Amino acid sequence: MNFRNLSVVAFAVILGIVLAACADAAPAPAEMESSEPVESEAMPSARSTLEQVMERGNVICVGNAAAPGFGFVGEDGSFSGFDTDFCRALAAAIFGDSEAYEIRPATASERFSVLTAGEGDVLIRNTTATMTRDTDLGGDFAPTTFYDGQGIMVRAADGISSLEDLAGGSVCVATGTTTELNLADVMAARGIEYEPVVFEGNDETIEAYEAGRCDAFTTDKSGLTGRRAVLADPTAHIILDETLSKEPLAPMVRHGDSQWEDIVRWVVYATFLAEELGVNSENVDNMMESADPNIRRLVGADGEFGTKIGLDNDWSYNVIKMVGNYAEIYDRNLGPDTDFYIPRGLNRSWVDGGLLYSPPIR
Amino acid sequence: MAPVTQGISPPLARRSWVKIIRDQFFKNWSDTAITLASLAFIVLLLQPVLHWILNEARWEVLGPNLAILLRGRFVAELAWRIWVCLGLIALTAGLASGTWSGRFSGGFGAILALPLLLVLVPIFEMNTRLGLLAMSALIGTGFLVGKYGPEPYMKNITVTLLALIIPVGLVLLYGFGQDGPMQVTPPKLWGGLLLSLILALTGIVFSYPLGVILALGRRSKLPIVKMLSVIYIEFVRGVPLIALLFMAVVMLELFVPNRFPNIEGIVRVAVAITLFSAAYMAENVRAGLATVPAGQVEATWALGLNSVQTMIFIVLPQALKAIIPVTVNQFISLFKDTTLVALVGMLDLVGMGRAVLGNPAWLGTHKEIYFFIGALFWLLNYSMSYGSRKLEERLHTGIESRA
Amino acid sequence: MASVVQSQARPPFWRDERVLGWLWQFLVLLIVVGGAFFLLNNMATELRAQRNIVFSYSWVGQVAGFDISESLIPYDSTRTYGRAIVVGILNTLQVALGAIVFSTILGLFWGIVSISSNYLARRIATIYVEIFRNVPLLVLLYFWYSGLFLQLPRLADAIELPGPTYLSIRGLYIPWGTPTESWNSYLLMLLLGAICFAGTIVFLRQRELRTGQVYFKALWGLSAFLPIAVVGWFALPAPLTLSQPVKEGLRIVGGNSYSPEFISVVTALSVYASAYVAEIVRGGILAIHHGQQEASSALGLTRLQSLRFVILPQAMRVIVPPLISEYLSLTKSTSLAVAVGYPDFFHTTAKTTLNQTGREVEVFLLVMVVYLSISLMTSAVLNWYNSLFEIKER
Repeated sequence: MNFRNLSVVAFAVILGIVLAACADAAPAPAEMESSEPVESEAMPSARSTLEQVMERGNVICVGNAAAPGFGFVGEDGSFSGFDTDFCRALAAAIFGDSEAYEIRPATASERFSVLTAGEGDVLIRNTTATMTRDTDLGGDFAPTTFYDGQGIMVRAADGISSLEDLAGGSVCVATGTTTELNLADVMAARGIEYEPVVFEGNDETIEAYEAGRCDAFTTDKSGLTGRRAVLADPTAHIILDETLSKEPLAPMVRHGDSQWEDIVRWVVYATFLAEELGVNSENVDNMMESADPNIRRLVGADGEFGTKIGLDNDWSYNVIKMVGNYAEIYDRNLGPDTDFYIPRGLNRSWVDGGLLYSPPIR
Repeated sequence: MAPVTQGISPPLARRSWVKIIRDQFFKNWSDTAITLASLAFIVLLLQPVLHWILNEARWEVLGPNLAILLRGRFVAELAWRIWVCLGLIALTAGLASGTWSGRFSGGFGAILALPLLLVLVPIFEMNTRLGLLAMSALIGTGFLVGKYGPEPYMKNITVTLLALIIPVGLVLLYGFGQDGPMQVTPPKLWGGLLLSLILALTGIVFSYPLGVILALGRRSKLPIVKMLSVIYIEFVRGVPLIALLFMAVVMLELFVPNRFPNIEGIVRVAVAITLFSAAYMAENVRAGLATVPAGQVEATWALGLNSVQTMIFIVLPQALKAIIPVTVNQFISLFKDTTLVALVGMLDLVGMGRAVLGNPAWLGTHKEIYFFIGALFWLLNYSMSYGSRKLEERLHTGIESRA
Repeated sequence: MASVVQSQARPPFWRDERVLGWLWQFLVLLIVVGGAFFLLNNMATELRAQRNIVFSYSWVGQVAGFDISESLIPYDSTRTYGRAIVVGILNTLQVALGAIVFSTILGLFWGIVSISSNYLARRIATIYVEIFRNVPLLVLLYFWYSGLFLQLPRLADAIELPGPTYLSIRGLYIPWGTPTESWNSYLLMLLLGAICFAGTIVFLRQRELRTGQVYFKALWGLSAFLPIAVVGWFALPAPLTLSQPVKEGLRIVGGNSYSPEFISVVTALSVYASAYVAEIVRGGILAIHHGQQEASSALGLTRLQSLRFVILPQAMRVIVPPLISEYLSLTKSTSLAVAVGYPDFFHTTAKTTLNQTGREVEVFLLVMVVYLSISLMTSAVLNWYNSLFEIKER
């Protein structure tokens, strides 16, 4: 066979492939057209998140690998922390197995892309809920799991006690965070001149602070406490009393899948409600027999509340049994017995004067 | 030829050491000044560096972290699979130099010496050293087999091995099945030097055919094909690799349909590196094509070959042979460029180094870690570039001696 | 030729190379355009469905809200994203310019040393080149930044050098001139000097052409310029006053400052690129045949003259094109500044702005366009240079 023939054959084969590809591609625009009118009904991808999760057999949470107390890798390579526990709660609610989860570690700046790109099902990574993120970044926020505020850490020896003392100093801050914006806002409002030194992640940022590149380090107070605990000499650093911002940290899901959003929302609420009603992982089995209808609905003894969100009716029972109520989650990760103790402050149930307030299950 | 005005140096035997030193270093006052300045430079620079290396540096940071720096989180019990891959590469390298050169050259010496040099690194464990010795032995065996084996078979075997290295290597590393010695080791566990090498190797191998196609496209007489090739090449060469890497990580998802499964991080950066490298490879191939004399092409017409045959049997083999040294150089530069994946969160050698530095136990060992990484890169790159230079000299003299 | 083709029977169209050629082209175009359409269509669908985002650059005019540590033009957090991007571009150009200047000086030095007749000096140059060519730039940058600069003392214990010059982890502070009221008049004086400089050169050039006598024009030009510059400086009431850095609380005021990030990026880039520049310079000089030097001395040219009129013009033709490519690759490499947090274009745009706006497509399109324009401008300069100095064949 000579080469001219060969090239003709090759040509024919390629043409065939292209035609096949066109035939395959042709329905795509049609699909798109037909989907346009129902776009507002919010079913963007072919399958809902819950279907994807069920099919996969585990839930993937976009999380933090380097936030002590919230999400970090232990010596054995497993993840633990406050945020990780909410991921476990989600797994417990969906599969009845609190270990059916996977953490996809992400940096602060890539986390939203990772979530919207579908690499994870939910973003639980000490993420502050803001309007831009709710709208432009294509997310929806579940209830706040941790009410935080931005703080500033300085060296005790420098004699800095307020933001004004920082005039002319340099402040280390991680990029892609609301922290960066709040810092600029507050400093501009008070007319304080400063040098921002911006890094990609909190690791590099705290590293530069500890090396002495900056006079101060700023992030959420929760983060500061955890970070200070692992510095070479934690006592040499103090956290200023000033709070620069409101930082409601909340799980985030992709915009437009309201069933999935409901699941995440009610798993969080279930932990609030359980603490409020005095249900915890130890007494939840007894509570199945409780006379209080509120408790009976919470633990799934009455009603069909699981099926309303596409889950089994023992969803909340599993959450409480396997992971615990909010107080248990909090104390396990951030309580007085841990290295990363943060007083509960606003993060108490509303009955104790805090902000955790769940709508009733009914 | 006119007589050379410069004096011809006398035979070595008649020169005393004093004279040699005087001629080389203290010929006249300016030479003396330069020698003294150089000596001062060496002493002033070397003294603090040596002092740091010998006395101050905390080299103990390397010992416990060596494994993750070299192979990432690849399971220790399965590390033999990496050794098998390395052995395959060593054997092929030996075979290739034995088959094609058949002479103990400087380039081959560099390949052989590399593992032997690495054996001397004091922080390696005994097993690592034994492994490295085995690599040397494999290179040597390959060389001998390639040289004395029956030639046509050897060439076929070597070419087959070259073609198989990447797929076999990847299968070996990835593995199959749930457990046992070949259990799956997902790419997210690949890290450190292993990841850097995989990225550079896949980058160069996959960019090679792409580069050839683009180069042919750029030389094509068909205007549209030419235009598209030029656009691609100039576009990619005009943009920094780091921008392509970020795009691959952040934006790739947008371009593929939703129903596609998620793409592993390593695949994304490998694709970005390959596409990047292809544009540069295309320019190399183009330079290689330009070295083929026009007479060759005209001769093939006289023989009645058509343009496709001419390209495949006459022009490309010569062009690709001419760019072998350039290709090695590009591999080196690609190998250096793979460090950029650390900036998109991959744990390659540099990324792993940063991870180690994040460990509170090893605070302030930046100099040590980066020195080690730099030295490792230097050793690998220098031996490769030395080999490629020797190869270049040989190919060059080969052409000249024939002419 | 044509008659030969016509005398044969034309091959059937599926074997006609011209028809096949067009078919191939059509096919390639179809594949590329189809592929592009497919990808872009996916993107548009994805963006619309998942995030409700429509392609637009309206955010460029919105308030950025973040601060940038160093800027050549006035900038604060109330300025727009567009302004932040421009700040980044200027910073990129600043770093690139600094690195180009230093790498050229260093590279010239080591390039010339590497062809010196002194064995020791030659060896040192070779070792220098081999070290920095075979180590990744990123490793060099990290070594410089975290290994050396971040180990400097804090501002309170800054290393004080004469000047006063302060070197600390916050950066390098040096004395600097501050313009006074007479600065503008002095600039006018300098302009006058520059005109004299140019005039002298033009005049001498004419004379050279007329008489054949060769002058060192630049030297004469400078001797016209310098007196004016010096006289102007003393005649006007001090056009610049010296501003010295002074420690004041947590900062140093006065003088001029360079952040450790800036210094690290410029140093690492300069050293890295200088190894390549040295090789280019060495290759350029070695490319000039020895006979040239001998021929010019046979013609009676002095050493300086043969260097100026024979060797350098030829060596430059070999050196400049790869040098410009090296400058281009260096400019692209400034994007590595993102690793140490220096706010260059890539950092302010593809990191901070992208993080705050979430507009991947628009941001990366912008990144591409800016880098491509830099690259195209460089190629234009290169082509212009090549056409200017190419050997005119007749």
